[in-house]
Amino acid sequence: MTKAFLSGNEAFAEGVRLARPQVISIYPITPQTTVVERLSEMVENSSLKSELIHVESEHSALSCAIGASAMGARTFTATSSQGLLYMAECLHYASGGRFPIVMMNANRSTALPWNIYGDQRDSLSQLDCGWIQVYVEDAQESLDMALQGYHIAESPLVSTPVMVNLDGFVLTHTYETVEIPNQTDADRFLPPFQTKNKMSLDNPKNLAFSVGPDNNMEFKYLQHKAMLDSKRIIEETDKKFAEIFGRGYGGLTQGYRLEDADYILITLGSITGLCREVVDELRQNGEMVGLLKIRFLRPFPDEDLAAALGSVKAIGVLEKDISFGYEGTVYTNVNSVIAKNGLRLETYNFIAGLGGRDISRENIRAMFRHLQTGGQHVNFIGLGVSIDE
Amino acid sequence: MSKPYLRPYQKPQKLSDYPLGTASEAGYLVTKNCGWRNERPIIMDECINCLQCYLYCPDGVIFKTKSGLDIDYDFCKGCGICEKICPKQAIKMEVE
Amino acid sequence: MSKQITAKTITDSEFFYGHKACAGCGGSLAVRIALKVLGEGAISVLPAGCMSAVGFNYPHLCFSNNSIISTFAGTASMLTGVEAGARAVGIKNFKAVGLAGDGGTADIGIQALSGAIDRNDDILYICYDNEAYMNTGIQKSGLTPFGAKTTTTPSGENIHGNIRPKKNLFEIVAAHNIPYAATASIGDLKDFMNKIEKASKIKGTTYIHVVAPCPIGWGIPVNETIEISRKMIDCGLWYLAEYENGQFKLNRTPRKFSSIKDYLLSQGRFKHLEDADIKILAAQRDAKWTTIRKNWNTTEEEL
Repeated sequence: MTKAFLSGNEAFAEGVRLARPQVISIYPITPQTTVVERLSEMVENSSLKSELIHVESEHSALSCAIGASAMGARTFTATSSQGLLYMAECLHYASGGRFPIVMMNANRSTALPWNIYGDQRDSLSQLDCGWIQVYVEDAQESLDMALQGYHIAESPLVSTPVMVNLDGFVLTHTYETVEIPNQTDADRFLPPFQTKNKMSLDNPKNLAFSVGPDNNMEFKYLQHKAMLDSKRIIEETDKKFAEIFGRGYGGLTQGYRLEDADYILITLGSITGLCREVVDELRQNGEMVGLLKIRFLRPFPDEDLAAALGSVKAIGVLEKDISFGYEGTVYTNVNSVIAKNGLRLETYNFIAGLGGRDISRENIRAMFRHLQTGGQHVNFIGLGVSIDE
Repeated sequence: MSKPYLRPYQKPQKLSDYPLGTASEAGYLVTKNCGWRNERPIIMDECINCLQCYLYCPDGVIFKTKSGLDIDYDFCKGCGICEKICPKQAIKMEVE
Repeated sequence: MSKQITAKTITDSEFFYGHKACAGCGGSLAVRIALKVLGEGAISVLPAGCMSAVGFNYPHLCFSNNSIISTFAGTASMLTGVEAGARAVGIKNFKAVGLAGDGGTADIGIQALSGAIDRNDDILYICYDNEAYMNTGIQKSGLTPFGAKTTTTPSGENIHGNIRPKKNLFEIVAAHNIPYAATASIGDLKDFMNKIEKASKIKGTTYIHVVAPCPIGWGIPVNETIEISRKMIDCGLWYLAEYENGQFKLNRTPRKFSSIKDYLLSQGRFKHLEDADIKILAAQRDAKWTTIRKNWNTTEEEL
């Protein structure tokens, strides 16, 4: 184990190096680019042995990764925003074909208007594409989830691609001290990739075939079942990781000061750190507040949420997303858990940080006040103009 | 010689009967194509075994035997390319 | 000169069999022959299109070699991944081969193809050209020739079918300075087979553009697929050529063209053409051949 001062992207690249992917397809896009730059340097200085493929688009980046995965190779690619949308067809392809690719996505606003800064509309708009989606909070978790990502994806029970999401710039480009595991421990955690879902000369296969109405729904059910089964694998993976490396993340969600909390803010990704500080501050004032970080949005942690929210008065979902014409997508998902479990609590949605808009400590304090006083359900936080015209 | 061939097929009964992902054994045939045909090609004695029909058949249903050529009528669609390509008019199309 | 592949020497094994292509389908013949030449080490990538639609209907799977359907745009990019992946896991004696139609190659897949050639990935890309989007029911592609009627280029009072000439994909590919590219036709399988054999032995990206008529889309009887392919070459609207070491070479030099009118009017898709339209096509052909004869090596030699 060594310590280094790394950005989220650089930490992720270190995690990828330790996972020993055999094929990496690379294509630049801000703010993801430094990941593939670091990986290229690692191949150049021989700390990573991998086929680097300079594809000509994101569609090709994922198409190439699918091809390599279909040969039984461990593969990696990374993207962001417009790139993620450009490869949308291949997202469904990879999950439907059950190719356990790991991809990093640097969460970034989507055009129009053009904007290179962070929000989560890119990956949240692809929530239904069949990928496991995890949102990480800091550089250490970035590195660790690169390794855990492969462990989850390649589990025979799961065999589903994993998208690891890092908030653009605030995480991808922010430097922190990170522990880099040694290769021996990484290898102990992550065995070589093995699958039946591949071509070989000894056992020829036809892959990515058509399935008509008579069998199609069973294939889709199997895809769904694998995603549900992955919940257990995610928990087991985190436990195994903690045993080897001495740190864990709690699986699908991570709670903070939830015990006896009446008001809970639900977060995603890098904003969680600041929210935790506000929780501490409010707790000092005697306010019964807590925090629940959703780490995995697919599979959705409905059991965790139902258990955590049982005796709560109100919750707020803070997300950098809006499904235009309704509300934030995470909020919709959370509300579904509450309805299905017959929980009696108020729910609020805080849409914030779109296009990189700053989310301040005072904004978060105001969200907790809103949970206690009640008010409008869907709220845009930090708008610079009045909308009451 | 090898080629994809007809296998017995039963619709999966359990989820575990389905393959992982979309990957299944190569060259696994479960239905014939002979129902598409109105006419069938017949190879006659004039055949000089030049193999042009074998080569140009889009379905690959004409195959070599010890004594000459034969046709896999399970998969012949009756297109008649073999009749046209034959330099000796040794194939005739016969109404089914 | 290495030993020629002929009907006698080619493997008896069939790798594309029991498929649901229409009777008399040219594309299926091109795919069948290509895989027979390449053998069991071929790992084929076929995009969404006719040959994947007719060959991969679970549980009825018609390729006995390793084969995979790619996205429509992703033939070349998936080939790249397959080739790199196969090498990475230690597979030896394989050939990654793409088998894509004209739309999948010249239109939606051209970017990925260009990228693969640019990287000089060790793959063989075969475009079976039937001159329109046939799988969706005969719509104009970038390789539909001038004058052809398709369901999106109707022939009426104002428009006499497709108003743009066929993209010259062979030379577009060659302009990448690709190690090897060739044109071929299912009307001359000896030439096609030996070009595949030659391409498969060359390291780096290789490309073969094979004309493979679609009886339905071209409006010809199902038993005339080969005949019309031959007429197309004889009348000069197609040519058998190679590009290698930066040079173009013609494989067959016609002394005299057969009737272009006869070629065109024997097909439903050109039935509406008037003499003026045919003159335009003949002029395009003559201009092309003037350039070919001036700039290409036209010494005939067997492959």
